[in-house]
Amino acid sequence: MNPAVLTGEHFMTGDVACAEGALAAGCRFFGGYPITPATEIAEHISARMPELGGTFIQMEDEIAAMASVIGGSCAGVKSMTATSGPGFSLMMENIGLAVCTETPCVVVNVQRAGPSTGLPTQGAQGDMLQARWGSHGHYEIIALAPSSPQEIFYQTIRAFNLSETYRVPVLIMTDEMVGHLSERVVIPKAKAIKTVSRPRAKGRKDRFKPFEPGPNGVPPMAIAGEGYNIHVTGLTHDEMGYPAMTVEAQAKMMAQLVGKIRRNLDDIISTEGYELEDAEIVIVSYGVSARTSLAAVEEARGEGIKAGLLKLNTVWPFPEDQIRALSERVKGFITVEINLGQIHLEVERCACGKVPALLAGHPGGTIIPPDRVIEILKEGF
Amino acid sequence: MNQDKKQPGHPLDGLLRTDRIPHIWCPGCGIGTAFSSCLIAMKESQMDLQKTVMVSGIGCSGRGAGYANVDSYHTTHGRAIPFATGMKLANPELNVVVFSGDGDLFAIGGNHFIHAARRNVDLTVVCVNNFNYGMTGGQVAATTPYLARTTTTPAGNPEPAFNLPLLAYASGATYVARWTILHTRDLTESIQEAFLRHGFSFIEVLAPCPINYGRRNKEKALDTMRVYQEQTLIKNDAHPSELDIDFDRGIILGKFVDVERPTCSERYDDTCRPKELMEEEKAA
Repeated sequence: MNPAVLTGEHFMTGDVACAEGALAAGCRFFGGYPITPATEIAEHISARMPELGGTFIQMEDEIAAMASVIGGSCAGVKSMTATSGPGFSLMMENIGLAVCTETPCVVVNVQRAGPSTGLPTQGAQGDMLQARWGSHGHYEIIALAPSSPQEIFYQTIRAFNLSETYRVPVLIMTDEMVGHLSERVVIPKAKAIKTVSRPRAKGRKDRFKPFEPGPNGVPPMAIAGEGYNIHVTGLTHDEMGYPAMTVEAQAKMMAQLVGKIRRNLDDIISTEGYELEDAEIVIVSYGVSARTSLAAVEEARGEGIKAGLLKLNTVWPFPEDQIRALSERVKGFITVEINLGQIHLEVERCACGKVPALLAGHPGGTIIPPDRVIEILKEGF
Repeated sequence: MNQDKKQPGHPLDGLLRTDRIPHIWCPGCGIGTAFSSCLIAMKESQMDLQKTVMVSGIGCSGRGAGYANVDSYHTTHGRAIPFATGMKLANPELNVVVFSGDGDLFAIGGNHFIHAARRNVDLTVVCVNNFNYGMTGGQVAATTPYLARTTTTPAGNPEPAFNLPLLAYASGATYVARWTILHTRDLTESIQEAFLRHGFSFIEVLAPCPINYGRRNKEKALDTMRVYQEQTLIKNDAHPSELDIDFDRGIILGKFVDVERPTCSERYDDTCRPKELMEEEKAA
């Protein structure tokens, strides 16, 4: 039997690295449904989970997969699912339930080109706004965007840690290229991996309020079977978890759901800068496109153009302040993403007309070559 | 009246969220009776209530979870069963009861129902069947009798209804029964029996919806109860294919299936887990 943490050097795909990251983070329930190009995550976990005492189940559809993940998490087990565009659409309903009931869970979307069935075997980054707004109502969500198998290993652990810390679903918005790319992945020793578990209910069971925020704004969580007799609902609810059909209760609950994310942006948002210090043109990118963008920055620098890269490890919440600050001193932005302008809209919003914000986009199915980014850079600036 | 006089305690006080009463159910509605049968069965079965969870979907019956004083989860429309599946598989020590309505469990949630039955997930599913969508004002359901009037079938329902016990049986449920809210004692005993079974148990409870269904079908609440008395026939072990609801021929009630089969968790452990791990756990 293999241990939970496969310490050592491996050559593995992004999908497998994601599965191993989940197991290393303590995930012990996976409810899935097959879909290209995310299937390998479920396949790998289906073999690994039973020997770790966890449970894998292939549900009847992605709606059920997402529902089972929330059930598993409410039973006290770190839970995850993985899918691609069409399945992500089906999961939106219960992602909203997880948001509203403050249930920690992780959802991986290995993006392929859409809309609809699209190009099942070819990658894209077209679900980035769906990740932000796909479930109905207004809410905050956390979405990470790894750009290599090694990154997906660590970001999956981080996704679980953020999800447990803030009691919120965390989305890993990777893409087919990263999911199917085989690279070197170094897995550290188990004790070198920091894992976080949700704040737990304590104290008198008859006085416990399941949705009363704790000191960091996150309510301690009672697990099914602990004797707190909690009620959990997707209806607007009060601190007891009871349905409360008033405008005031709605305002209070929304302030809680949104506030716990907005007050902790410094902890949640992670970005990396390359050659940003003196950059005049900032390329903003994430996922596989951050890698082609880095090549573009190097090429531009070679030609004497002061380009830099802002790589978004966290896409949602969006690093608004960073873009606003950069827009005070740079000549402009180019967002590189495999869609026809999604995160680009955010960059444009935060640049606020002070400097031009251009798009190097693509309808999907392949990466955006560095040369295309250079072309747009030269045409635009 | 003497306001100070203390009301005698209700026998289900400990199991009811009394701070949430009054409930939302209409006068004449049958859900409350089905719900109290379910709570009495929970109490009488001596099951560990701390390890007992109630899960509901959306709709009038879906509000059940909100009144049960155990860990209770009011999920999304149709998704009570997959939620409960995740919960049960993640922690097999929990007793998981699904209490919901016909629209929730058999229209939007129909696919989940048949798959949970096929897997034999150890759940007890109590379905209150009131033949229509009550909460949204009385629309046609997958259980509405042929030609019955609802707000979306003003000329009468052109479609046939599901035979729910047959569906449960065909999908692999190991315990299947049907009662009405007039047959509270049989109903309560049946739910209690189902709690003690390992596997997927299904109990259909026929219940009046006088406000939304009865009103459009010339049937007052008491008329429905009279139908339950005069036009039902208790026939245990009847073949599920005979159980179509036909008020003219008479509705068959009883326990139709009660068999033992390994549960979803048992089969997973036997098939998927390394033998040495299972032996270690047994030793512990």
